[in-house]
Amino acid sequence: MIRRHLPVLITLAVFIVGYLICLAQFPSFASTRVIGNLLTDNAFLGIVAVGMTFVILSGGIDLSVGSVIAFTGVFLAVAIERYGINPYLAFVLVLGIGALFGAGMGLLIHAFQIPAFIVTLAGMFLARGLCFVLTTDSIPINAPAYGQITEIAFVMPGGGRLTFIAIVMLVTFAAGIVLAHFTRFGANVYALGGNRTSAELMGVPVGRTTIGIYMLSSLLAALAGIVFSFYTSAGYSLAATGVELDTIAAVVIGGTLLTGGYGTIIGTLVGVLIQGLIQTYITFEGTLSSWWTKIAIGALLFAFIVLQRGLSAASLRSR
Amino acid sequence: MSSVIQASAPRTLPKGLPQVAALLIVFLVNWLVFRDFFALRLQDGRLFGSLIDVLNRGAPVAILALGMTLVIATRGIDLSVGAVMAIAGATAAALTAEGYPLPVALAAAAGVGLACGLWNGILVAVLEIQPFVATLILMVAGRGFAQLITEGQIITFVSDGFAAIGSGSFLMLPMAVMIALVMLLITHLVVRYTALGLFIEAIGANVRSSAYAGVGTKAVTIAVYMWCSLCAAIAGLIVTADIRGADANNAGLWLELDAILAVVVGGTSLFGGRFSLVLAVIGALIIQAMNTGILLSGYPPEYNLIVKAIVVLAVLLAQSPVLTAVRAVLRRKA
Repeated sequence: MIRRHLPVLITLAVFIVGYLICLAQFPSFASTRVIGNLLTDNAFLGIVAVGMTFVILSGGIDLSVGSVIAFTGVFLAVAIERYGINPYLAFVLVLGIGALFGAGMGLLIHAFQIPAFIVTLAGMFLARGLCFVLTTDSIPINAPAYGQITEIAFVMPGGGRLTFIAIVMLVTFAAGIVLAHFTRFGANVYALGGNRTSAELMGVPVGRTTIGIYMLSSLLAALAGIVFSFYTSAGYSLAATGVELDTIAAVVIGGTLLTGGYGTIIGTLVGVLIQGLIQTYITFEGTLSSWWTKIAIGALLFAFIVLQRGLSAASLRSR
Repeated sequence: MSSVIQASAPRTLPKGLPQVAALLIVFLVNWLVFRDFFALRLQDGRLFGSLIDVLNRGAPVAILALGMTLVIATRGIDLSVGAVMAIAGATAAALTAEGYPLPVALAAAAGVGLACGLWNGILVAVLEIQPFVATLILMVAGRGFAQLITEGQIITFVSDGFAAIGSGSFLMLPMAVMIALVMLLITHLVVRYTALGLFIEAIGANVRSSAYAGVGTKAVTIAVYMWCSLCAAIAGLIVTADIRGADANNAGLWLELDAILAVVVGGTSLFGGRFSLVLAVIGALIIQAMNTGILLSGYPPEYNLIVKAIVVLAVLLAQSPVLTAVRAVLRRKA
């Protein structure tokens, strides 16, 4: 039991130690303002990481999420500002497009047995290209609905604001936990990641599950794109480059095995928060440049991947 | 899953014909939209023209594709080449800007490239981490290191010798093209006139049985990743010399994808095994010719990404195990 949850426990320990280090240097880390901002700033990353966790649990990968986030932002900006479409209708439309896009990639991966990373790589090109075709400008979104939604916030004691987009992230995580651990779909995802052939022999509907997984990932990427557009109030075709890597890093740091089969959604939340913590620390520190974030995340990624290798080697030996 | 020995049907087309035909078709389309496409003129002892431009602009990706072909042939992938380009370019530019002589700067960039490859190779061969995960680490952290070297700025330098790598010419051809040709020749000689090429294909077909058969799989794998990173470093030098500055954020950005695309278009299977260096270079030229064609035809260059996505999907579908099986069934019936 302890060995099974060891990666998540280590992730949690890293987060707590990191938080304590930050707290020791900057006492203001204890304020709810910092915590509120930590959740708000990483809301889109968290949402997309939930989808990525399902993909990686199934033994796949989705490199298209960053482009889908950018596409969502550009689509919303163009639809709302240029064509005057009601923002809520635009949300529904873009979520539908995202789901279809993901389902298409899942279909290609399943039906033609092409490696997931190359199909989603093509998806990444395609979504980014569609952004550029819609517009290459950064379009601000001034719709009144945006102002209203970003105003919604639950004020925590101490003055911190739990914003609407942070709540959306937390709800997404809650829904993800339910979906992963308490539904048939979730069980199928774990089975697929554990061993595809045995899953198929046991009667797991491999095709339907694969398509569902990538559909979920792109749907959540579109939702993250909506949240990102609240966050920036604009649509820009070069936005969110490299988010796919941050997302994969968050999932791996969160203790999900990259070969699939093992991992938890809650671990991913901690993984996202660790990344947010590094960024906040670097902002607070002031003298460190922002590229240290990339190096720190790379180092953590390395440490956790090596840890995974060690753990799986140990479990093979004990068997 | 994949077999090295492909069923050799006597009536199949000669190897490489689809790639060469595709390149000629792209050239033809380019000629249709831009009638001066094949026009060449000699000026200051150097050839100019759209065709030369395709070769020149395609050279960095072609060099990347050489290393990537070998990596993919071992059933691996190297996502870090773009970041390695940025690191190598930043190293050379920083040293040149500080007044070090050119050979020192070039050697340092090559050394940094080899070190990056050693890191990737150890992760893949010794720690046995999946290649795309192992190289993801350097892809994420590499640009951070490059920015550390450039201190977040674009380092510019004044060095005619260094700049010549990007914009000089040799034997009437741009220097970048000559470097690509030399790299192709060296890589080809090394893998085809020694047993190394065979070892690489064997590892791609089945690592374990190659190890049992006495192939030093770990050493060969590490060497292949080092070669790939060296190619990336050289491509990075060309790009840096071309703009006479090191841009840690944008040097080699997304070029890993172009390199993978070139290899896949060149017919090397992502499942490892048989590979072709020349066809990978032709793949790189096809990609560049499409880029140039889109520019010449007046469409916004942003359409590039969509065209690339469609091409890579089409090639993958044609290569996919399912369609291959269908084709085999059809052939048996005929």
